[in-house]
Amino acid sequence: MPRTARDVVFVDGVRTPFGKAGPKGIYAETRADDLVIKAIRELLRRNPNLDPALVDEVAIAATTQIGDQGLTLGRSASLLAGLPKTVPGYSIDRMCAGAMTAVTSVAGGIAMGALDIAVAGGVEHMGRHPMGEGVDPNPRFLSEKLVDESALFMGMTAENLHDRFPHLTKERCDAYAVRSQEKAAKAYADNNIQPDLVPVAVRRTNPDGGETGWGLATADEPMRPGTTLESLTGLKTPFRPHGRITAGNAAGLNDGATASLIAAEDVARELGLPVKMRMVSYAFVGVEPEVMGIGPVPATEKALAKAGLTIDDIGAFEINEAFAIQVLSMLDHFGIADDDERVNPYGGAIAFGHPLASSGVRLMTQLARRFEQRPDVRYGLTSMCIGMGMGATVIWENPHFDGNEAK
Amino acid sequence: MTTTTEMLLKAHELFPDEVVTTAHVRHLDLPLGAGRFALITLDNGFDHTKPTTFGPGSLAKLNEALDQVEREAAAGEIVAVGITGKPFIFAVGADLKGVEVLKEHSDALAIGKGGHDVFKRIAALPVPSFAFYNGAAMGGGVEVGLHCTYRTVSSGLPAFSLPECFLGLVPGWGGCTLLPNLIGAGKAVQVIIENSMAQNKQLKGKQVFELGIADAIFEPADFVEQSLLWTAKVLTGAVTVERPEIDRGQAWDDAVAWGRAVVDGKVHGAAPAPYRALDIIAQVKDGDLQAGFDAEDAALADLIMGGELRSGIYAFNLVQKRGKRPAGAPDKSLARPVTKVGVVGAGLMASQLALLFARRLQVPVVLTDIDQERIDKGVGYVHGEIDKLLAKGRVNGDNANRLKALVTGSLDKAAAFGDADFVIEAVFEEMGVKQQVFAEVEAVVSPTCILATNTSSLSVSEMASKLEHPERVVGFHFFNPVAVLPLLEIVRGEKTDDASLATAFGVAKKLKKTAVLVKDAPAFVVNRILTRFMGEIQQIIDEGTPIAVAEKGVEPLGLPMSPIVLLELVGPAIALHVSETLHTAFPERFFVSENLARVVQAGKRGFYTWASGQQELDPEVVALLQVGDKVLTEEQVRDRALDAVAQEIQLMLDEGVVAEAQDIDLCLITGAGWPFHLGGITPYLDREGVSERVNGKRFLAQGVASVPA
Repeated sequence: MPRTARDVVFVDGVRTPFGKAGPKGIYAETRADDLVIKAIRELLRRNPNLDPALVDEVAIAATTQIGDQGLTLGRSASLLAGLPKTVPGYSIDRMCAGAMTAVTSVAGGIAMGALDIAVAGGVEHMGRHPMGEGVDPNPRFLSEKLVDESALFMGMTAENLHDRFPHLTKERCDAYAVRSQEKAAKAYADNNIQPDLVPVAVRRTNPDGGETGWGLATADEPMRPGTTLESLTGLKTPFRPHGRITAGNAAGLNDGATASLIAAEDVARELGLPVKMRMVSYAFVGVEPEVMGIGPVPATEKALAKAGLTIDDIGAFEINEAFAIQVLSMLDHFGIADDDERVNPYGGAIAFGHPLASSGVRLMTQLARRFEQRPDVRYGLTSMCIGMGMGATVIWENPHFDGNEAK
Repeated sequence: MTTTTEMLLKAHELFPDEVVTTAHVRHLDLPLGAGRFALITLDNGFDHTKPTTFGPGSLAKLNEALDQVEREAAAGEIVAVGITGKPFIFAVGADLKGVEVLKEHSDALAIGKGGHDVFKRIAALPVPSFAFYNGAAMGGGVEVGLHCTYRTVSSGLPAFSLPECFLGLVPGWGGCTLLPNLIGAGKAVQVIIENSMAQNKQLKGKQVFELGIADAIFEPADFVEQSLLWTAKVLTGAVTVERPEIDRGQAWDDAVAWGRAVVDGKVHGAAPAPYRALDIIAQVKDGDLQAGFDAEDAALADLIMGGELRSGIYAFNLVQKRGKRPAGAPDKSLARPVTKVGVVGAGLMASQLALLFARRLQVPVVLTDIDQERIDKGVGYVHGEIDKLLAKGRVNGDNANRLKALVTGSLDKAAAFGDADFVIEAVFEEMGVKQQVFAEVEAVVSPTCILATNTSSLSVSEMASKLEHPERVVGFHFFNPVAVLPLLEIVRGEKTDDASLATAFGVAKKLKKTAVLVKDAPAFVVNRILTRFMGEIQQIIDEGTPIAVAEKGVEPLGLPMSPIVLLELVGPAIALHVSETLHTAFPERFFVSENLARVVQAGKRGFYTWASGQQELDPEVVALLQVGDKVLTEEQVRDRALDAVAQEIQLMLDEGVVAEAQDIDLCLITGAGWPFHLGGITPYLDREGVSERVNGKRFLAQGVASVPA
């Protein structure tokens, strides 16, 4: 049967405030599934034109799919969020790019006509599910030297990236990290972040974490406004003696969830739903697991090629800041300055945090807000590196583009 | 003058075992930039299986929290205060254990006043207050929220009530005063009186909102978040709370009058609590809250020091605790699984049992009878009842199909019962018939299959005596209507073994019945006491006291129905039969009424007729009666009837029919519907001095169901 690919759009996205993983974090006593459920409910509440029965799929990512992140989370979260029982759901895992993969997966389904509207998002509660929980790597990885031992430890892969690019020094990374904190603080001051946050009621019974009882998480907990270069210089380098990766120039261990509405453009317009971004192309590419941070480079090249664009066509970048070195290596490759104003102007994961499988949609939510504010920007991209050696990039077109491209 | 905290801590010393609820104060930034908010979470530190309660220590904690937020509010540090609960529970009211230990009127007064003093501070805060009813809320839990300026409720809230009148108290921490002033007297009487007196009926979240008790309702998935957002909207003026005006005119008086009619219908003046509650509701029509609070304090103190409340708490504990852990039941690990049930007989009782077993045990149930027509009728009845459940939405289509498939009938006992683990007979009440039935069943079932009898008066041991395996026979005596009355008397025969008994108790638990272990004695517990009681009344009538006087004589007890109405419900023929059986066993105490025999012979189904639309003595029955000339007063009637009951209970305890007087009371409450305020009956007999007069001693030690010495 003849088939026409349909345009896929990003209708809306929300997220919980991100928390610090651990016994004192804001979500220490909050379930992972509850985080994503609250995000899904807020998403639907914000879009009252959408009859929830019209949602064709709920794709939710989590890296560690056990306990409250297991049980086919997309389906169970859908039921618990109060969506009709007729709405199906599934779980996705591509580590840090989980939510991004949720978006591209449902986008594929929409483009080929299997779906009209889908919820895509992710959650990671790294306090309840520390990285590596329950993993059982095949011994062949090492015995056959398929990967270096460092490949399973993200901090070590970032150190490896420093080895590969000696000119991308720790000082440059720290300076980048300071700017990320500054930009995030300014984004908060300008109210560019809060509109897409869903406040979460959080219970605390352990007085070590602060006042007990019910509270409300309304802002990202990991942020460190006022961070200076000096304050970062002396931090420990846990992954290598005299190394370069510190808690200051990397994203932390975090808890949080995101959810987005992805739809066929014609359906979104018919239902009167907002169209915040139009998907242009996407690509996932594998790289050596030992230097997984380089993944965004080939992924971006591939996505650009598929779109028939060059890096110069991209007016807005949202790059996940798992590590400053990983962002800098990408910028370096494409000849973009460390402090280019097109890159992460609201700050990034170093400031907000990076609850692994949820982060992809945070990048999109921020890019969507930038698109709204910048009708002079036509194309933007969201990109991230992925454990086990992968990169992901999605290129988006700004529906608000007014034809007067800024150069 | 002592402070509230000092008073509460002194009260807490009387009650060192209190599970103290902490009032956690946590600050948060409200959405919409509405400002800094102090949210108090009531939490006793346990999960939802141990609901949060208020004892004196808990009130002291809340008082401390209010010290803090009051200070912060005065300093302008917070814009509002909220109160909510731990997951699934808001707060379920006063800790009854704390009430049981109170001995002095002054201590009782302190409890009432302590609660008021603390709760009133919420309304007195210089900032608005919000209650978020997130989960179960009862009694003082409901009341703490009523003192707040605004309330939200979760649509998932499963239980919301003011159960005080049910127990023998009044909602005395503001409930009687504030609720009618919030939603009007009519709705308040519905909650405080009608629901409470209807076996403590609970409201759901939606009803709490619809009644106007809560100003907003939100779904449970993000109830606290949405309540906080709503709070922010109220504070910023984005939402204006509008409540309908209360009718303080005739409607108020009518509501109180209606409440009195409801209470009269239930307790006939016998329980003081609901009347005190109505008095306070009537009083606060003028909106004078402080006068209402003072009246609540006085009522609480009086009621706490009165016997009815202690009886009510005793009865509540019997049903909630003893009813769930039957005294004398063997270790449940001995119980054998029951995967198929047989029912001998397909009459109405048998069909009701089949339906109950199928619904609760969810295993195949086979009815047998002597011909196919009876079997078809029995199975048809069960299927019809399942259709009714389906129509009412009590079961869904799949469940209805499943239940119907479970209930079948067969003429062939061997095929029907060969693989059954539990066979119950509900055939004609005659020893020879029942022995024959059991012999037939034993021939086709496994040696361990339980043989249960629903006999109400025959000896279980004798029924088992001719069997090869008498150790598997148990009495399983239900009460009509089977689906409604919770009691199940489980009778241990002489040879019944522990495994069979444990299996019977296991089945009872799955049937959700209140099981009481009973010795194989004539008529067991409920029927023996009721028969003695009614026999005494009949004898009084036969001797010459007018029926109306005899009936009125026992009205102050507040029994669910008068003796003569009960006679009609049981059926005169059955009542006569049981009285004859017991007369045979105990001829000197159980009276067989010749008048009743004549009524039965005349084919009359009762003494009353409602032909005129009112209850009147049936003239045809009156014509049958031959009475003497000994006319008693109402008081004499009551004394004689109660003396008989007290004597019979003591004899039953001496015979070891049940383990303790508590079991007698549990049986009367759950099997005969005798009221909580009587505590079944023995607390009342103790309280009124009947036990002492008849038996020379109390049934229960002072303090068990009475104010401690």
